Amino acid sequence: MSGDRAAAAAAGARGAAARRGVPAEARAALWLLAPGLAVIGVFFLLPAAAALLLSLTDFDIYALADLGNLRFVGLGNYRRLLADPIFWTALRNTFYFAFVGGPLSVLVSLVAALLLDSRLARWRGLFRTVFFAPVVTTLVAVAVVWRYLYHPRFGLLNRFLGWVGLPAIDWLGDPRWAMPAIILLAVWKNFGYNMIVFLAGLQNVPATLYEAARIDGAGWWRQLRHITLPMLAPTFLFVAVITMIGYFQLFTEPYVMTRGEGGPVNSTLSVVLLMYKQGFRFWNMGYGAAVAFVLFVVIVCVTALQLLLRRRGGERA
Amino acid sequence: MRRGAARPRPSRWPALLVNAALVLAAAATLVPLLWMVSVSLMPTGEANVFPPAFLPSRVTFEHYRALFSRLALGRYLLNSTLIASAVTLVSLLLNAMAGYAFAKLRFAGRDRLFGLLLAALVIPTQVALLPLFLLMRWLGLVNTYWGVVVPAMASVFGIFLVRQFALSLPDELLDAARIDGASELRIFRSLILPLCRPVLLTLAIFTFLATWNDFTWPLVVLSDGSMYTLPIALSNLSGEHFRDTELMMAGAVLTITPVLLLFIALQRYYIEGILLGSVKE
Repeated sequence: MSGDRAAAAAAGARGAAARRGVPAEARAALWLLAPGLAVIGVFFLLPAAAALLLSLTDFDIYALADLGNLRFVGLGNYRRLLADPIFWTALRNTFYFAFVGGPLSVLVSLVAALLLDSRLARWRGLFRTVFFAPVVTTLVAVAVVWRYLYHPRFGLLNRFLGWVGLPAIDWLGDPRWAMPAIILLAVWKNFGYNMIVFLAGLQNVPATLYEAARIDGAGWWRQLRHITLPMLAPTFLFVAVITMIGYFQLFTEPYVMTRGEGGPVNSTLSVVLLMYKQGFRFWNMGYGAAVAFVLFVVIVCVTALQLLLRRRGGERA
Repeated sequence: MRRGAARPRPSRWPALLVNAALVLAAAATLVPLLWMVSVSLMPTGEANVFPPAFLPSRVTFEHYRALFSRLALGRYLLNSTLIASAVTLVSLLLNAMAGYAFAKLRFAGRDRLFGLLLAALVIPTQVALLPLFLLMRWLGLVNTYWGVVVPAMASVFGIFLVRQFALSLPDELLDAARIDGASELRIFRSLILPLCRPVLLTLAIFTFLATWNDFTWPLVVLSDGSMYTLPIALSNLSGEHFRDTELMMAGAVLTITPVLLLFIALQRYYIEGILLGSVKE
């Protein structure tokens, strides 16, 4: 860190030692790493790999009782899956949730962060805490609360709609409105998290840029478009990737709000809920594992696509 | 108006607009939570009237009493507390050990191993769910506290967080301790753990809240009613007693309050955790 030559030499020696390793430290590292890595290996990586094998079998309730009943079926589960209209419904619902709910969630986070970051805002600490509160609440508990908020007669939401002259909506009973209702809950619950990340990004934008823009006569909108948003680009990518990965794993909201069914008429059945029903309600674990694996592939593809698009965008700029 | 050394007096409208938007957004954020509390204090049946009421006609705590006497929620409160505390304590130790080793100890292949571990973050936890259940069944841990605790005893995110923090500790300090003849174990225990206090506190809140709020895994691994955590019990209750709205709301308040209080008390550490976890390296 200092320009001192001795320090630089010492740092160089450390770097070389870091690559080769120091025997005493390597021994200590083995002991320190072993427990944590063993837990992750045995209880996460191993089962994740086993899911692939499981998806190639017809593991069901008979195999659960006696492994002798287990048969290898190759890609049979995947063939069945692709021919199953329920699977396609679940996949469509999950994409609906991720591609509408994800961007909406990020947008609300961004607006909240911009408002909080404004020099004109007052009581920032208080507002920040309020906006963040839903993030730390228990999802099951707030889903129970929202199920009631959405009640067609006794719920507050329809009462608010009545105030502005809109007709009542049967939020969770109408297949067209059930997914929007779940998206609204998810946005309310999650926007505070990304808001914090955006706020940190905003604070890293050098103030001199804004001063220069103001001297050039740029108004609020042009400062936002030409300084704030471009400077936030790396934060944006991080937020988008993390949010999408999370949103593809939709499960608890529809489980609690539709009592484990994903209704009405499968309009909120997500891929993970389908996997849960197949695996733990009907004990079709081979089939359920195939569902889970398809979700994994989808998530990897969408993440890769986002990173790729971003790199393209970066080259153009 | 644009010219002159004196800055023009700014219009009051933008400030009014920004703050009005903030107040509105805060109201929209708080309404569900405030209504939850309000309904939990209503006499039975008052939540199921049209048009819906905002405030109870008479404040009653009967539903909270019913939760503890009739529905034995005290048991679930205990389960949740025990499980979340055990996961927090054990995972804190294992993540700190591994995070420190990845940050500061010199051994061959360290950075490649850490890279591999980070790559595992793309794997959604649900992919492992079915085989993990079979593994726990084989180990005889289904429907036990251990069944919930054991898979959560270390996490990639936790190791990552501790490593990020430990990277900033000065190497000279470790070298000095080694020259003084301190063993590696002693360095970890008496030097590293105290220095890592801030990040460990952050990780502790994160882990406790995440474990308390977790739904999917306890739902899968706990089948016996007496072992349920609060979220599982609440989910079941809301299926059976879905007409007792006031009771449900009291249950929701009881589930949320401990974590909300914990967050408010230790907010600074929690938010630092988000930032530490999201910085680009």
